[in-house]
Amino acid sequence: MWVRSTMTYRTSFVLMVLGNFVTTVLDFLAILIMFTHIDTLGGFTLPEVAFLYGTSSAAFGIADLLLGSFDRIGTRVRDGTVDTLLVRPVPVLAQVAADRFALRRMGRLLQALLMLGWAVTALDIDWTPGRLLLVPVMLVSGAAIFGSVFVLGGAFQFWARDAAEVQNSFTYGGTTMLQYPPTVFASELLRGVTFVVPLAFVNWLPALHVLGRDDPLRLPGWVDFASPAVAALCCAVAGLVWRAGLRGYQSTGS
Amino acid sequence: MRRARLYFTVAGSSFRRYATYRVATVAGVFTNTVFGFIVAYTYTALWTARPQLGGYDQPQALTFVWTGQALLAAVALIGGGAQDEIQDRIRTGDVSIDLYRPVDLQLWWLASEIGRAAFHLLGRGIVPMAAGALAFELALPSSPLTWLMFLVSTWLAVVVGFGFRYLLALSAFWLLDGSGLSTLGTLLSMFFSGMLLPLTVFPGAFGEIARQLPWAAMLQVPADVLLEERQGLAGLAGALGFQAGWALVLLLAGRALQSVATTKVVVQGG
Repeated sequence: MWVRSTMTYRTSFVLMVLGNFVTTVLDFLAILIMFTHIDTLGGFTLPEVAFLYGTSSAAFGIADLLLGSFDRIGTRVRDGTVDTLLVRPVPVLAQVAADRFALRRMGRLLQALLMLGWAVTALDIDWTPGRLLLVPVMLVSGAAIFGSVFVLGGAFQFWARDAAEVQNSFTYGGTTMLQYPPTVFASELLRGVTFVVPLAFVNWLPALHVLGRDDPLRLPGWVDFASPAVAALCCAVAGLVWRAGLRGYQSTGS
Repeated sequence: MRRARLYFTVAGSSFRRYATYRVATVAGVFTNTVFGFIVAYTYTALWTARPQLGGYDQPQALTFVWTGQALLAAVALIGGGAQDEIQDRIRTGDVSIDLYRPVDLQLWWLASEIGRAAFHLLGRGIVPMAAGALAFELALPSSPLTWLMFLVSTWLAVVVGFGFRYLLALSAFWLLDGSGLSTLGTLLSMFFSGMLLPLTVFPGAFGEIARQLPWAAMLQVPADVLLEERQGLAGLAGALGFQAGWALVLLLAGRALQSVATTKVVVQGG
Protein backbone atom coordinates (compact mmCIF):
# COMPACT_ATOMS: atom_id res chain seq x y z
CA MET A 1 0.00 0.00 0.00
CA TRP A 2 2.81 2.39 0.89
CA VAL A 3 4.49 1.54 -2.38
CA ARG A 4 1.33 2.49 -4.24
CA SER A 5 0.85 5.70 -2.27
CA THR A 6 4.44 6.72 -2.96
CA MET A 7 3.84 6.16 -6.65
CA THR A 8 1.02 8.69 -6.59
CA TYR A 9 3.60 11.44 -6.42
CA ARG A 10 5.65 10.03 -9.26
CA THR A 11 7.95 13.02 -9.86
CA SER A 12 8.73 13.16 -6.19
CA PHE A 13 9.41 9.43 -6.06
CA VAL A 14 11.88 9.61 -8.92
CA LEU A 15 13.57 12.60 -7.29
CA MET A 16 13.77 10.69 -4.01
CA VAL A 17 15.34 7.54 -5.45
CA LEU A 18 17.72 9.81 -7.31
CA GLY A 19 18.30 11.77 -4.12
CA ASN A 20 19.10 8.63 -2.15
CA PHE A 21 21.39 7.48 -4.93
CA VAL A 22 23.18 10.79 -5.27
CA THR A 23 23.48 11.32 -1.49
CA THR A 24 25.56 8.21 -1.19
CA VAL A 25 27.47 9.06 -4.37
CA LEU A 26 28.42 12.42 -2.87
CA ASP A 27 29.46 10.57 0.29
CA PHE A 28 31.90 8.59 -1.79
CA LEU A 29 32.91 11.67 -3.77
CA ALA A 30 34.18 13.15 -0.50
CA ILE A 31 36.38 10.05 -0.07
CA LEU A 32 37.53 10.37 -3.71
CA ILE A 33 38.52 13.99 -3.09
CA MET A 34 40.52 12.85 -0.06
CA PHE A 35 42.36 10.41 -2.32
CA THR A 36 43.31 13.18 -4.76
CA HIS A 37 45.60 14.36 -1.97
CA ILE A 38 46.80 11.04 -0.54
CA ASP A 39 47.70 7.54 -1.77
CA THR A 40 46.60 5.60 1.30
CA LEU A 41 44.31 6.40 4.23
CA GLY A 42 45.35 4.58 7.37
CA GLY A 43 47.44 2.32 5.10
CA PHE A 44 44.48 1.40 2.84
CA THR A 45 44.29 2.15 -0.89
CA LEU A 46 41.25 3.60 -2.66
CA PRO A 47 39.90 0.23 -3.94
CA GLU A 48 40.29 -1.21 -0.45
CA VAL A 49 38.35 1.68 1.08
CA ALA A 50 35.76 1.27 -1.69
CA PHE A 51 35.42 -2.37 -0.71
CA LEU A 52 34.78 -1.39 2.92
CA TYR A 53 32.41 1.33 1.74
CA GLY A 54 30.46 -1.03 -0.52
CA THR A 55 30.07 -3.81 2.04
CA SER A 56 29.09 -1.48 4.90
CA SER A 57 26.71 0.57 2.79
CA ALA A 58 25.06 -2.48 1.17
CA ALA A 59 24.48 -4.21 4.52
CA PHE A 60 23.05 -0.99 5.91
CA GLY A 61 21.02 -0.45 2.73
CA ILE A 62 19.29 -3.84 3.06
CA ALA A 63 18.50 -3.25 6.75
CA ASP A 64 17.29 0.29 6.05
CA LEU A 65 15.05 -0.87 3.21
CA LEU A 66 13.39 -3.52 5.38
CA LEU A 67 13.40 -1.93 8.83
CA GLY A 68 14.18 1.77 8.33
CA SER A 69 10.66 2.70 9.46
CA PHE A 70 11.46 1.81 13.06
CA ASP A 71 12.43 5.35 13.96
CA ARG A 72 8.78 6.30 13.51
CA ILE A 73 7.71 4.19 16.47
CA GLY A 74 8.46 7.07 18.89
CA THR A 75 5.89 9.25 17.12
CA ARG A 76 3.37 6.42 17.32
CA VAL A 77 3.99 5.91 21.03
CA ARG A 78 3.51 9.63 21.60
CA ASP A 79 0.24 9.96 19.69
CA GLY A 80 -1.07 6.59 20.89
CA THR A 81 -1.43 4.95 17.47
CA VAL A 82 0.51 1.85 18.60
CA ASP A 83 -2.91 0.70 19.83
CA THR A 84 -4.04 0.40 16.23
CA LEU A 85 -1.16 -1.97 15.54
CA LEU A 86 -1.89 -4.06 18.63
CA VAL A 87 -5.45 -4.95 17.68
CA ARG A 88 -4.57 -6.15 14.19
CA PRO A 89 -3.98 -9.90 13.77
CA VAL A 90 -0.50 -9.40 12.31
CA PRO A 91 2.75 -9.27 14.33
CA VAL A 92 3.49 -5.71 15.38
CA LEU A 93 7.08 -6.06 14.20
CA ALA A 94 5.91 -6.79 10.64
CA GLN A 95 3.44 -3.91 10.74
CA VAL A 96 6.07 -1.41 11.88
CA ALA A 97 8.44 -2.64 9.18
CA ALA A 98 5.76 -2.14 6.53
CA ASP A 99 4.69 1.25 7.88
CA ARG A 100 5.68 3.90 5.33
CA PHE A 101 7.74 1.29 3.47
CA ALA A 102 10.03 3.47 1.47
CA LEU A 103 11.05 2.00 -1.85
CA ARG A 104 13.21 5.07 -2.48
CA ARG A 105 15.78 3.52 -0.12
CA MET A 106 16.71 1.26 -3.08
CA GLY A 107 18.91 4.14 -4.18
CA ARG A 108 21.46 3.60 -1.43
CA LEU A 109 21.59 -0.17 -1.94
CA LEU A 110 22.03 0.22 -5.68
CA GLN A 111 24.91 2.63 -5.27
CA ALA A 112 26.57 0.42 -2.63
CA LEU A 113 26.41 -2.64 -4.88
CA LEU A 114 27.86 -0.69 -7.82
CA MET A 115 30.70 0.52 -5.59
CA LEU A 116 31.31 -3.01 -4.32
CA GLY A 117 31.37 -4.31 -7.88
CA TRP A 118 33.94 -1.73 -8.88
CA ALA A 119 36.07 -2.44 -5.79
CA VAL A 120 36.11 -6.18 -6.46
CA THR A 121 37.30 -5.67 -10.05
CA ALA A 122 39.86 -3.02 -9.09
CA LEU A 123 41.33 -5.10 -6.26
CA ASP A 124 43.79 -7.87 -6.85
CA ILE A 125 42.29 -10.45 -4.50
CA ASP A 126 43.44 -14.05 -4.30
CA TRP A 127 39.95 -15.61 -4.39
CA THR A 128 39.91 -18.73 -2.24
CA PRO A 129 36.50 -20.44 -1.71
CA GLY A 130 36.49 -19.11 1.86
CA ARG A 131 36.96 -15.51 0.71
CA LEU A 132 34.38 -15.86 -2.04
CA LEU A 133 31.84 -17.19 0.46
CA LEU A 134 32.59 -14.45 2.97
CA VAL A 135 31.27 -11.64 0.73
CA PRO A 136 27.58 -12.68 0.59
CA VAL A 137 27.76 -13.96 4.20
CA MET A 138 29.10 -10.54 5.23
CA LEU A 139 26.24 -8.70 3.51
CA VAL A 140 23.51 -10.90 5.01
CA SER A 141 24.88 -10.99 8.55
CA GLY A 142 25.75 -7.30 8.35
CA ALA A 143 22.17 -6.51 7.36
CA ALA A 144 20.93 -8.65 10.28
CA ILE A 145 23.19 -6.82 12.75
CA PHE A 146 22.08 -3.39 11.49
CA GLY A 147 18.49 -4.67 11.49
CA SER A 148 18.84 -5.66 15.15
CA VAL A 149 20.05 -2.16 15.95
CA PHE A 150 16.97 -0.73 14.19
CA VAL A 151 14.67 -3.02 16.22
CA LEU A 152 16.52 -2.27 19.47
CA GLY A 153 16.24 1.44 18.74
CA GLY A 154 12.52 0.98 18.10
CA ALA A 155 12.09 -0.92 21.39
CA PHE A 156 14.00 1.81 23.21
CA GLN A 157 11.40 4.32 21.96
CA PHE A 158 8.74 2.64 24.09
CA TRP A 159 10.56 4.06 27.08
CA ALA A 160 12.26 7.15 25.65
CA ARG A 161 9.44 8.16 23.26
CA ASP A 162 11.43 10.84 21.53
CA ALA A 163 14.98 9.77 20.92
CA ALA A 164 15.11 8.44 17.37
CA GLU A 165 18.43 10.23 16.96
CA VAL A 166 20.26 7.96 19.42
CA GLN A 167 19.45 5.15 17.04
CA ASN A 168 20.89 7.23 14.18
CA SER A 169 24.30 7.40 15.86
CA PHE A 170 24.51 3.60 15.82
CA THR A 171 22.98 3.06 12.38
CA TYR A 172 24.08 6.02 10.23
CA GLY A 173 27.10 6.61 12.48
CA GLY A 174 27.99 2.93 12.36
CA THR A 175 27.82 2.68 8.59
CA THR A 176 29.91 5.85 8.21
CA MET A 177 32.57 4.50 10.53
CA LEU A 178 32.69 1.08 8.83
CA GLN A 179 33.35 2.80 5.49
CA TYR A 180 36.80 3.78 6.73
CA PRO A 181 39.68 1.44 7.58
CA PRO A 182 39.73 0.35 11.24
CA THR A 183 43.35 1.51 11.48
CA VAL A 184 42.09 5.10 11.41
CA PHE A 185 40.32 4.82 14.76
CA ALA A 186 41.53 4.68 18.36
CA SER A 187 41.74 1.17 19.82
CA GLU A 188 39.18 1.94 22.59
CA LEU A 189 36.64 2.72 19.86
CA LEU A 190 37.55 -0.49 18.02
CA ARG A 191 37.05 -2.52 21.20
CA GLY A 192 33.69 -0.81 21.73
CA VAL A 193 32.36 -1.73 18.28
CA THR A 194 33.73 -5.28 18.57
CA PHE A 195 32.62 -6.31 22.05
CA VAL A 196 29.84 -3.87 23.07
CA VAL A 197 27.89 -2.98 19.91
CA PRO A 198 29.30 -5.65 17.58
CA LEU A 199 29.35 -3.48 14.44
CA ALA A 200 32.87 -4.67 13.58
CA PHE A 201 31.30 -7.99 12.53
CA VAL A 202 29.21 -6.21 9.86
CA ASN A 203 32.20 -5.85 7.56
CA TRP A 204 35.49 -4.95 9.21
CA LEU A 205 36.53 -8.38 10.48
CA PRO A 206 35.39 -10.46 7.47
CA ALA A 207 36.53 -7.75 5.01
CA LEU A 208 40.02 -7.68 6.53
CA HIS A 209 40.20 -11.42 5.88
CA VAL A 210 39.09 -10.96 2.26
CA LEU A 211 41.65 -8.18 1.79
CA GLY A 212 44.32 -10.33 3.44
CA ARG A 213 45.07 -7.92 6.28
CA ASP A 214 45.54 -8.35 10.01
CA ASP A 215 43.00 -6.76 12.29
CA PRO A 216 44.43 -4.02 14.54
CA LEU A 217 43.12 -5.70 17.72
CA ARG A 218 44.98 -8.95 16.88
CA LEU A 219 41.97 -11.16 17.53
CA PRO A 220 42.18 -14.92 16.77
CA GLY A 221 41.59 -15.87 13.13
CA TRP A 222 38.22 -17.55 13.58
CA VAL A 223 36.48 -14.27 14.48
CA ASP A 224 36.65 -13.37 10.77
CA PHE A 225 34.02 -16.06 10.23
CA ALA A 226 31.96 -15.37 13.36
CA SER A 227 29.63 -12.80 11.74
CA PRO A 228 26.62 -15.16 11.22
CA ALA A 229 26.78 -16.32 14.86
CA VAL A 230 27.06 -12.73 16.10
CA ALA A 231 24.19 -11.71 13.84
CA ALA A 232 22.00 -14.53 15.20
CA LEU A 233 22.81 -13.47 18.75
CA CYS A 234 21.95 -9.83 17.92
CA CYS A 235 18.62 -10.85 16.43
CA ALA A 236 17.78 -12.91 19.52
CA VAL A 237 18.61 -10.03 21.88
CA ALA A 238 16.70 -7.55 19.71
CA GLY A 239 13.68 -9.88 19.63
CA LEU A 240 13.63 -10.25 23.42
CA VAL A 241 14.02 -6.52 24.05
CA TRP A 242 11.34 -5.73 21.47
CA ARG A 243 8.89 -8.04 23.23
CA ALA A 244 9.74 -6.56 26.61
CA GLY A 245 9.22 -3.07 25.18
CA LEU A 246 5.90 -4.00 23.66
CA ARG A 247 4.74 -5.57 26.92
CA GLY A 248 5.74 -2.45 28.83
CA TYR A 249 3.81 -0.21 26.44
CA GLN A 250 1.12 1.87 28.04
CA SER A 251 -1.35 3.60 25.80
CA THR A 252 -1.77 7.36 26.02
CA GLY A 253 -5.41 6.79 26.92
CA SER A 254 -6.67 9.32 24.43
CA MET B 1 7.50 48.97 16.03
CA ARG B 2 4.60 46.69 16.89
CA ARG B 3 5.53 44.56 13.90
CA ALA B 4 9.05 44.10 15.24
CA ARG B 5 7.62 43.04 18.62
CA LEU B 6 5.39 40.52 16.91
CA TYR B 7 8.28 38.83 15.07
CA PHE B 8 10.31 38.90 18.26
CA THR B 9 7.47 37.05 20.03
CA VAL B 10 7.30 34.49 17.22
CA ALA B 11 11.03 33.84 17.55
CA GLY B 12 10.70 33.58 21.33
CA SER B 13 7.88 31.07 21.27
CA SER B 14 9.69 29.02 18.64
CA PHE B 15 12.73 28.94 20.96
CA ARG B 16 10.55 27.77 23.86
CA ARG B 17 8.82 25.20 21.70
CA TYR B 18 12.07 23.48 20.74
CA ALA B 19 13.31 23.80 24.32
CA THR B 20 10.52 21.50 25.48
CA TYR B 21 11.91 18.52 23.55
CA ARG B 22 14.52 17.70 26.19
CA VAL B 23 15.06 14.02 25.42
CA ALA B 24 15.30 14.80 21.71
CA THR B 25 17.92 17.44 22.46
CA VAL B 26 20.01 15.03 24.52
CA ALA B 27 19.67 12.42 21.77
CA GLY B 28 20.79 15.02 19.21
CA VAL B 29 23.82 16.00 21.29
CA PHE B 30 24.77 12.34 21.57
CA THR B 31 24.47 11.85 17.79
CA ASN B 32 26.47 14.98 16.97
CA THR B 33 29.19 13.89 19.38
CA VAL B 34 29.41 10.35 17.97
CA PHE B 35 29.63 11.66 14.41
CA GLY B 36 32.18 14.27 15.51
CA PHE B 37 34.44 11.52 16.86
CA ILE B 38 34.14 9.39 13.71
CA VAL B 39 34.94 12.29 11.36
CA ALA B 40 37.68 13.62 13.66
CA TYR B 41 39.55 10.29 13.48
CA THR B 42 39.35 10.17 9.68
CA TYR B 43 40.57 13.78 9.46
CA THR B 44 43.43 12.95 11.82
CA ALA B 45 44.50 10.18 9.42
CA LEU B 46 44.11 12.50 6.43
CA TRP B 47 46.01 15.43 7.95
CA THR B 48 48.75 13.13 9.29
CA ALA B 49 49.33 11.96 5.71
CA ARG B 50 49.06 15.50 4.30
CA PRO B 51 49.82 18.23 6.88
CA GLN B 52 48.58 21.71 5.87
CA LEU B 53 45.98 20.24 3.49
CA GLY B 54 43.50 22.92 2.43
CA GLY B 55 45.54 25.52 4.32
CA TYR B 56 44.68 24.09 7.75
CA ASP B 57 46.97 22.46 10.26
CA GLN B 58 45.67 19.45 12.17
CA PRO B 59 44.13 21.31 15.17
CA GLN B 60 42.39 23.65 12.71
CA ALA B 61 41.03 20.73 10.69
CA LEU B 62 39.68 19.12 13.86
CA THR B 63 38.14 22.43 14.94
CA PHE B 64 36.42 22.49 11.55
CA VAL B 65 34.91 19.06 12.28
CA TRP B 66 33.47 20.09 15.64
CA THR B 67 32.26 23.46 14.33
CA GLY B 68 30.34 21.51 11.70
CA GLN B 69 28.73 19.30 14.34
CA ALA B 70 27.90 22.32 16.49
CA LEU B 71 26.24 24.18 13.60
CA LEU B 72 24.53 21.19 11.95
CA ALA B 73 21.24 21.53 13.81
CA ALA B 74 21.24 25.33 14.10
CA VAL B 75 21.77 25.93 10.37
CA ALA B 76 19.54 22.86 9.65
CA LEU B 77 21.99 21.46 7.11
CA ILE B 78 20.09 18.17 7.17
CA GLY B 79 16.80 19.98 6.56
CA GLY B 80 13.79 19.99 8.83
CA GLY B 81 12.55 22.91 10.91
CA ALA B 82 10.28 25.34 9.09
CA GLN B 83 10.79 23.57 5.76
CA ASP B 84 8.89 20.44 6.83
CA GLU B 85 6.14 22.43 8.49
CA ILE B 86 5.53 24.72 5.52
CA GLN B 87 5.42 21.73 3.19
CA ASP B 88 2.94 19.98 5.46
CA ARG B 89 0.76 23.06 5.65
CA ILE B 90 0.80 23.44 1.87
CA ARG B 91 -0.09 19.77 1.36
CA THR B 92 -2.94 19.84 3.86
CA GLY B 93 -4.19 23.25 2.75
CA ASP B 94 -3.58 24.87 6.15
CA VAL B 95 -1.43 27.40 4.32
CA SER B 96 -4.63 29.23 3.33
CA ILE B 97 -5.09 30.15 7.01
CA ASP B 98 -1.54 31.50 7.12
CA LEU B 99 -2.21 33.59 4.04
CA TYR B 100 -5.03 35.64 5.47
CA ARG B 101 -3.18 36.44 8.66
CA PRO B 102 -2.14 40.10 8.75
CA VAL B 103 1.56 39.21 8.79
CA ASP B 104 4.15 38.55 6.15
CA LEU B 105 4.46 34.78 5.52
CA GLN B 106 8.20 34.80 4.84
CA LEU B 107 9.14 37.02 7.79
CA TRP B 108 6.91 34.97 10.10
CA TRP B 109 8.74 31.76 9.20
CA LEU B 110 12.13 33.49 9.28
CA ALA B 111 11.41 34.67 12.84
CA SER B 112 10.39 31.18 13.85
CA GLU B 113 13.56 29.75 12.27
CA ILE B 114 15.73 32.22 14.16
CA GLY B 115 14.13 31.13 17.44
CA ARG B 116 14.69 27.48 16.55
CA ALA B 117 18.29 28.10 15.50
CA ALA B 118 19.05 30.02 18.71
CA PHE B 119 17.87 27.08 20.78
CA HIS B 120 19.72 24.53 18.67
CA LEU B 121 22.94 26.55 18.85
CA LEU B 122 22.77 26.54 22.65
CA GLY B 123 21.20 23.11 23.13
CA ARG B 124 23.01 21.14 20.46
CA GLY B 125 26.07 23.26 19.73
CA ILE B 126 27.93 23.82 22.96
CA VAL B 127 28.15 20.28 24.34
CA PRO B 128 29.54 18.57 21.18
CA MET B 129 32.08 21.41 20.80
CA ALA B 130 33.13 21.00 24.46
CA ALA B 131 33.41 17.22 24.04
CA GLY B 132 35.60 17.76 20.99
CA ALA B 133 37.80 20.25 22.84
CA LEU B 134 38.28 17.75 25.68
CA ALA B 135 39.17 14.81 23.46
CA PHE B 136 41.24 16.54 20.76
CA GLU B 137 43.65 19.42 20.44
CA LEU B 138 41.58 22.18 18.83
CA ALA B 139 42.53 25.61 17.53
CA LEU B 140 39.84 27.66 19.24
CA PRO B 141 40.42 31.43 19.15
CA SER B 142 41.21 33.34 22.34
CA SER B 143 40.08 36.75 21.08
CA PRO B 144 36.51 37.64 22.13
CA LEU B 145 36.17 39.66 18.92
CA THR B 146 36.65 36.50 16.83
CA TRP B 147 33.92 34.74 18.79
CA LEU B 148 31.63 37.73 18.31
CA MET B 149 32.27 37.75 14.56
CA PHE B 150 31.67 33.98 14.53
CA LEU B 151 28.26 34.57 16.11
CA VAL B 152 27.40 37.22 13.51
CA SER B 153 28.55 34.86 10.75
CA THR B 154 26.55 31.99 12.24
CA TRP B 155 23.44 34.15 12.33
CA LEU B 156 23.95 35.02 8.66
CA ALA B 157 24.44 31.31 7.94
CA VAL B 158 21.06 30.61 9.54
CA VAL B 159 19.40 33.24 7.31
CA VAL B 160 21.06 31.87 4.14
CA GLY B 161 20.00 28.35 5.15
CA PHE B 162 16.45 29.54 5.68
CA GLY B 163 16.43 31.42 2.36
CA PHE B 164 17.44 28.28 0.51
CA ARG B 165 15.03 25.94 2.30
CA TYR B 166 12.14 28.39 1.97
CA LEU B 167 12.52 28.14 -1.81
CA LEU B 168 12.42 24.35 -1.54
CA ALA B 169 9.40 24.46 0.75
CA LEU B 170 7.44 26.67 -1.66
CA SER B 171 8.01 24.11 -4.41
CA ALA B 172 5.33 22.06 -2.62
CA PHE B 173 2.76 24.42 -4.18
CA TRP B 174 3.59 22.79 -7.51
CA LEU B 175 4.83 19.32 -6.52
CA LEU B 176 2.37 18.75 -3.62
CA ASP B 177 4.81 16.32 -2.04
CA GLY B 178 8.07 18.17 -1.61
CA SER B 179 10.01 15.42 0.13
CA GLY B 180 11.93 14.47 -3.03
CA LEU B 181 13.28 17.99 -3.38
CA SER B 182 14.02 18.08 0.36
CA THR B 183 16.27 15.05 -0.03
CA LEU B 184 18.03 16.72 -2.93
CA GLY B 185 18.34 19.94 -0.91
CA THR B 186 19.84 18.13 2.06
CA LEU B 187 22.52 16.44 0.03
CA LEU B 188 23.48 19.69 -1.70
CA SER B 189 23.71 21.43 1.69
CA MET B 190 25.77 18.64 3.23
CA PHE B 191 28.23 18.38 0.36
CA PHE B 192 28.64 21.99 -0.73
CA SER B 193 28.64 23.51 2.77
CA GLY B 194 31.85 21.68 3.67
CA MET B 195 30.16 19.31 6.10
CA LEU B 196 31.64 16.20 4.45
CA LEU B 197 35.00 17.78 3.65
CA PRO B 198 36.17 21.42 3.92
CA LEU B 199 35.66 23.23 0.60
CA THR B 200 39.30 24.40 0.65
CA VAL B 201 40.26 20.74 0.06
CA PHE B 202 38.14 20.51 -3.12
CA PRO B 203 40.48 20.49 -6.12
CA GLY B 204 40.89 23.03 -8.93
CA ALA B 205 38.05 24.83 -10.67
CA PHE B 206 35.50 22.58 -8.98
CA GLY B 207 36.70 23.90 -5.63
CA GLU B 208 36.70 27.49 -6.92
CA ILE B 209 33.05 27.18 -7.92
CA ALA B 210 32.02 25.31 -4.74
CA ARG B 211 33.43 28.12 -2.62
CA GLN B 212 31.25 30.70 -4.42
CA LEU B 213 27.94 28.83 -4.04
CA PRO B 214 25.38 29.82 -1.36
CA TRP B 215 26.00 26.64 0.65
CA ALA B 216 29.55 27.82 1.38
CA ALA B 217 27.90 30.57 3.47
CA MET B 218 26.28 27.95 5.70
CA LEU B 219 29.39 26.31 7.20
CA GLN B 220 32.65 27.00 5.36
CA VAL B 221 32.54 30.76 5.96
CA PRO B 222 31.54 30.70 9.67
CA ALA B 223 34.17 28.00 10.30
CA ASP B 224 36.83 30.09 8.55
CA VAL B 225 35.84 33.09 10.65
CA LEU B 226 36.23 31.02 13.82
CA LEU B 227 39.58 29.63 12.62
CA GLU B 228 40.78 33.22 12.02
CA GLU B 229 41.36 32.42 8.34
CA ARG B 230 39.44 35.59 7.48
CA GLN B 231 41.54 38.17 9.30
CA GLY B 232 41.53 41.94 9.25
CA LEU B 233 38.82 44.34 8.22
CA ALA B 234 38.92 43.37 4.54
CA GLY B 235 38.88 39.65 5.24
CA LEU B 236 35.99 39.82 7.67
CA ALA B 237 33.99 42.25 5.53
CA GLY B 238 34.50 39.93 2.56
CA ALA B 239 33.28 36.91 4.51
CA LEU B 240 30.24 38.54 6.06
CA GLY B 241 29.45 40.44 2.84
CA PHE B 242 29.47 37.16 0.89
CA GLN B 243 26.97 35.70 3.35
CA ALA B 244 24.78 38.80 3.44
CA GLY B 245 24.76 38.93 -0.36
CA TRP B 246 23.52 35.37 -0.69
CA ALA B 247 21.00 35.91 2.13
CA LEU B 248 19.55 38.87 0.25
CA VAL B 249 19.43 37.07 -3.12
CA LEU B 250 17.74 33.99 -1.64
CA LEU B 251 15.24 35.96 0.43
CA LEU B 252 14.27 38.08 -2.58
CA ALA B 253 13.92 34.99 -4.74
CA GLY B 254 11.73 33.44 -2.03
CA ARG B 255 9.60 36.56 -1.99
CA ALA B 256 9.14 36.46 -5.76
CA LEU B 257 8.28 32.77 -5.75
CA GLN B 258 5.90 33.32 -2.86
CA SER B 259 3.90 35.94 -4.74
CA VAL B 260 3.67 33.66 -7.78
CA ALA B 261 2.60 30.74 -5.60
CA THR B 262 -0.02 32.56 -3.55
CA THR B 263 -1.87 33.84 -6.61
CA LYS B 264 -2.48 30.23 -7.51
CA VAL B 265 -3.93 29.10 -4.16
CA VAL B 266 -7.55 28.02 -4.40
CA VAL B 267 -9.31 27.68 -1.06
CA GLN B 268 -11.73 24.79 -1.05
CA GLY B 269 -14.82 25.15 1.07
CA GLY B 270 -16.36 22.43 3.16
